[in-house]
Amino acid sequence: MSDISASLALALRLVAGGDAGLWKIVLLSLEVSLAAALIACAFGLPLGGLVAACRFPGRRSTIVLLNAMLGLPSVVVGLVVYLMLSRAGPLGELGILFTPAAIVIAQSILVLPVVAALARQFVEDAWDEYREQLTSLGVSPARSVPTLLWDLRYSLLTVALLGFGRAASEVGAVMIVGGNIDGVTRVMSTAIALETSKGDLPLALGLGVVLISVVLALNAAAYALREWSARRHG
Amino acid sequence: MAEGFFPLEARGLGVTLGGHAAIADAQLAIDGSKRVVVLGANGAGKSVLLRLLHGLIAPTTGAILWAGAAARPREQAMVFQRPVMLRRGAAANVEYALHVNDVRGEEARRRAAEAIQRVGLAHVAERQARVLSGGEQQRLALARAWALRPRIIFLDEPTSSLDPAAANEVERIVGEIHAAGTAIVMTTHNLGFARRMADEVVFLHQGRIAEQTPAETFFHSPRSAEAAQFLKGELPWNGSPRTSPG
Repeated sequence: MSDISASLALALRLVAGGDAGLWKIVLLSLEVSLAAALIACAFGLPLGGLVAACRFPGRRSTIVLLNAMLGLPSVVVGLVVYLMLSRAGPLGELGILFTPAAIVIAQSILVLPVVAALARQFVEDAWDEYREQLTSLGVSPARSVPTLLWDLRYSLLTVALLGFGRAASEVGAVMIVGGNIDGVTRVMSTAIALETSKGDLPLALGLGVVLISVVLALNAAAYALREWSARRHG
Repeated sequence: MAEGFFPLEARGLGVTLGGHAAIADAQLAIDGSKRVVVLGANGAGKSVLLRLLHGLIAPTTGAILWAGAAARPREQAMVFQRPVMLRRGAAANVEYALHVNDVRGEEARRRAAEAIQRVGLAHVAERQARVLSGGEQQRLALARAWALRPRIIFLDEPTSSLDPAAANEVERIVGEIHAAGTAIVMTTHNLGFARRMADEVVFLHQGRIAEQTPAETFFHSPRSAEAAQFLKGELPWNGSPRTSPG
């Protein structure tokens, strides 16, 4: 017990003291997670919207595929991305294995189905309400998708924030494709895993505190945003 | 503008929804000059008929003809009982409708402003559409339909969720739209509304058109027994002080 509290005290000192090593890890973590969330949203939001509002050949298979991707084990995604990016793999020429770019790719693959599934749910609910009105105005279903995404922008921003939080918390895939190289690909989640196994509890706990704070702050921001939007837009 | 828009005809029109014939064998002709009120009790199929005519629902049997042709012309609009507004400003909602109908830029802004002016909402044009009152939203929906310059506007129970003052305002605007040369087809279960607004009445009973009669005739001496029954039964709870029709 005293071990934990001692470690926690040390951890908080690290965080508050602006430990350079710690903040470098935090910053990289936020950068790659932000990039991954943006990429996942760029593909996931339109995809979710299309599946919700349009009937097209391959729609059912897309839904099944997206649902299956929701349950993808992180380490398996890591393994597949590793194989693709390894020197002998099809994308080996890029030489991005064990770089932040590889982490972004793995995180994007893991976050995309989450974003798409949530977007689909939001758009489907809205589509029930909007369909007749938009059809009456002469808007085709395909044209409705950007309209609906824009109309749901505040709800979807919370989806993006959730995706960001999910990306920042990923461990397995990020460990495999990033390698947790100090100063290059060490992010919060992998550092916590590694430092814990090495026994450096203060650093692991310090990073844990930051990670939890980030996730909490994101959720609070998402909540506040929706409240604000509901008041402003009805 | 398309030549030969009217008459709008329904021939043997029917639709089955959820295994139930919501509209059956409807014969109808609308020449575009009169305000047509589709009247009937709740569940008679008024909204379904309107959606069929507007093209939101595909008929199971029969056909809808515009000046004898099956092609659905674009110059038509519908105002729903509860209008759906986008999460943007009131004027922006009207401009959106214009944009998707290929009216852009300055022209779209001008037409939107004009339509909003006509329904008396100029003072809230920049306000968020979804926070407007029910009556204001319904007027905005009228402005949105009007700005498209349709040849015909379908209105589904346009005043039934509004308070009397807001309903009056909507009736005034509908009258103005009609006076400006747009055909009007609207549904209601409210006899008072029908008396004030109708030039012609289409009476629906259990999914079938019981009669299509000039309003004068309809309210004095309806041709169908169902309509006579409806006129008798509806009057007391309609708020009318008189108990006999006419």
